[in-house]
Amino acid sequence: MTTLSFAILLVVAITGFVLNRQAAYAIGTTGNRLHSIPWFHGLYSALTILVPAIVLVLVWLVAKDPIIDMIVMGGLPDEARTGLSDGETQLLLAEIKSIAGGRIFGEPEDWKLAAAERFASLHDISSIALVVVTALLAIVLLIITRKQVGREFRARQRAEGIIDRLLIFCSVVAIFTTVGIIAALLFETIKFFRMVPITEFLFGMNWEPQIPIREDQIAATGAFGWIPVIVGTLVITTVALLVAAPVGLASAMYLNEFAPRQLRAVAKPILEILAGIPTVVYGFFAILVVAPALRSAGQALGLDVSPNTALAAGGVMGIMLIPFISSFADDAMAAVPRSLRDGALALGATRAEMMVQVVFPAAIPGIVGGVLLAVSRAIGETMIVVMAAGLIASLTINPLDSVTTVTVQIVTLLIGDTSFDNPKTLAAFALGMMLFLVTLVINIFALRIVRRYREAYD
Amino acid sequence: MTDATQSAAHDAEGRYKLIARSLVRRRGRQARMKFYGMAALGFAFLMLAILVGSLLMSGYRAFTQTHVTLSVFVDPEEVKVERLPRGDFDDVLAASLAELFPDVDTGSRAEMRELSSILSNGAQFQLRDMIVDDPELIGTTVTVTVPVSDPFDQLGKGLVLRETPEDQRRVTDQQIAWFDALDERGAISEPFNWALFTHADSRFPELAGLKGALIGSFWALLVCFLISFPLGIGAAIYLEEFAPKNKISDFIEININNLAAVPSVVFGLLALAVFINWFGMPRSAPFVGGMTLALMTLPTIIIATRAALKAVPPSIREAALGVGASRQQVVFDHVLPLAMPGILTGTIIGLAQALGETAPLLLIGMNAFITSAASTPFDSATALPTQIFIWADSPERGFVSRTSAAILVLLGFLILMNGIAVFLRNRLHRSW
Repeated sequence: MTTLSFAILLVVAITGFVLNRQAAYAIGTTGNRLHSIPWFHGLYSALTILVPAIVLVLVWLVAKDPIIDMIVMGGLPDEARTGLSDGETQLLLAEIKSIAGGRIFGEPEDWKLAAAERFASLHDISSIALVVVTALLAIVLLIITRKQVGREFRARQRAEGIIDRLLIFCSVVAIFTTVGIIAALLFETIKFFRMVPITEFLFGMNWEPQIPIREDQIAATGAFGWIPVIVGTLVITTVALLVAAPVGLASAMYLNEFAPRQLRAVAKPILEILAGIPTVVYGFFAILVVAPALRSAGQALGLDVSPNTALAAGGVMGIMLIPFISSFADDAMAAVPRSLRDGALALGATRAEMMVQVVFPAAIPGIVGGVLLAVSRAIGETMIVVMAAGLIASLTINPLDSVTTVTVQIVTLLIGDTSFDNPKTLAAFALGMMLFLVTLVINIFALRIVRRYREAYD
Repeated sequence: MTDATQSAAHDAEGRYKLIARSLVRRRGRQARMKFYGMAALGFAFLMLAILVGSLLMSGYRAFTQTHVTLSVFVDPEEVKVERLPRGDFDDVLAASLAELFPDVDTGSRAEMRELSSILSNGAQFQLRDMIVDDPELIGTTVTVTVPVSDPFDQLGKGLVLRETPEDQRRVTDQQIAWFDALDERGAISEPFNWALFTHADSRFPELAGLKGALIGSFWALLVCFLISFPLGIGAAIYLEEFAPKNKISDFIEININNLAAVPSVVFGLLALAVFINWFGMPRSAPFVGGMTLALMTLPTIIIATRAALKAVPPSIREAALGVGASRQQVVFDHVLPLAMPGILTGTIIGLAQALGETAPLLLIGMNAFITSAASTPFDSATALPTQIFIWADSPERGFVSRTSAAILVLLGFLILMNGIAVFLRNRLHRSW
């Protein structure tokens, strides 16, 4: 039915376009000078029909299900409705829907059958109503716009006004997204902090996100202190940077000053390939090759290396970040003015001394910005750690041990069926909130450094 | 010669030696630095080579699948026309196997089970479909080529070491003997594994394929493109061409730059809370996945489009304005078409990133076990990267090579998309 509504809309809009353009054209051929060319009269009609009608259809689609649910639940007998928890309401609704869908288990009560029938009929009514209402709206708009065609009608300004507003809407979507992220995270996080005190979350040293299945379970409370999780994240991030920063900086310096032109032309795209490989591939690489290799190397040295060692996840993440750091550093060094380099060389510095003592310090702000962005990447990176790091939060900074990260916990807490009324699920949102805030601060800081620095030499 | 000049000459010689020594040291330092740079670059290349090499080494085997060819007598006792599509097809297959080995006691259930475990669980369905298509075959002897089960696929590919003690491998000595006997008869073949592309997911590695994941990824990318392409271009046009330079525009711009750096898993949280929990959209649906990916791709497209618009020289705009075009006509009729190659390049690169994105799809449930391909974007489905994640988690040996193969397929698509982007950039690029 939705498809039909869209089809009707499209047909009416095209009709409006053609009708208005022809009407305007007819006025034009009688010798009158039109304010706007006929094409704009057509465009005005099509846009005036499409925009409100599409908004209507979308609002309808989003609002339809909750409203129908509300009506059905409201129509239930009182004794069936009172004293239900959120979960039970959902369950009842699901049962009514499945009866309405023809999947009947056992012998449901009469009022459930009645509710299912009402549900089904409301559904039918709403889809027919959608088609009728959109068709009516479109045709009304078609008639109105057709009447507006005239010699003096400023169709171009009207049409461009609509387009202008559409463009503004497009660019505001980015703000909507940010607002959506913040709202979603904040909303669920506040719910979480109602169940678990914020001080326990921020300063607790234990992370055991269990929830009791029965009231009387032993060790049923679970612990939600994020310190071990954030420490694990920092361990892996540090390992990643210890791999990525030296390799990235050294290769950037080499490519920037010493590499022959042909090598540079080949090497940069190859490094970009490393950046383009999806993280799930790196995760598989970590468990297939790197972790077993580290484990056997550790055994040869007599070290006890955990199968989910932070070294494997962090090292592979480091490989992923090499091109990131290298390209930022390369850009920063390329932005150092030629005059500084020439000055150093003229004083008799070797090229290495010029790079280390002049170019590198001059490029430091840009490089720091790039490394900070890499840190934020490493903290937010998910798939590598989900596949290669551990699940259990242990408070350790030994990279040979298994540690867990914020993103791993978010994913493991939310995989599978989730209900939004227990602290286990909500804890993931609290972690997400912290992750968002930390990376946001680092990003803003890094972007500011990079930008200010760029302006300094431009 | 006086003393003074002599000592001066001496000094000069000393200084010269000093300089020469320090030069050697300084040049040595430069050589070392060059070496470190080359070593770093070499390390990065080596890692890339190991990554791709290990995937190829473990993945190429999944592109073939061991099959066994059998002459099957379709026993009318076991398979009856009136009961189709039901029938004891597995017994029919087991009997035809047992016929090849007269020393197998057909009365012993254990032995028969051991023998028929050579065949894949999917073999009986292949035979069933064949009989359902043509019921005339009942009572005749047909030749079928069916896949063998995963342990024997590994055996056929030489991945099971025959030297390992019997209790440490998944096939018994007796089964190996049967398999070798089949091989000697020429019944074993290893054709291209079409099932990898024509089957959806399965618990059995030999039957598992990527069809469901490919279709799921296709729907998600289509939705992602349909949302992010118009929105991205619209936003970029507004910000680049029409937006007044004020605080609001600055705020939007900072917003977009920050969105590009928000961790992907946070977008998954957004989708889970807003799309699924608040709006009640279906879990595991490529439609929801596509919307999430669209939000992530949007900043990439906006940034690429703005760069492309900026690259169109002002003379084009001025000429169009000069002949009386409105500002929107200038943009839509002149600037935008000229910027299109750059926009398309950026869009394809953004979509390639979206294709490899996994974490947000995990949170909206696109890692479910789904054995049929989605026919609309609202059905449950997996995507290529989430399928890789599922297979990487599966314990069966056969899934290791299939995971690598799936990664190779994913990388193939990424190379293709990036190749198109590079081609567009080189082919349609205009220098002004």
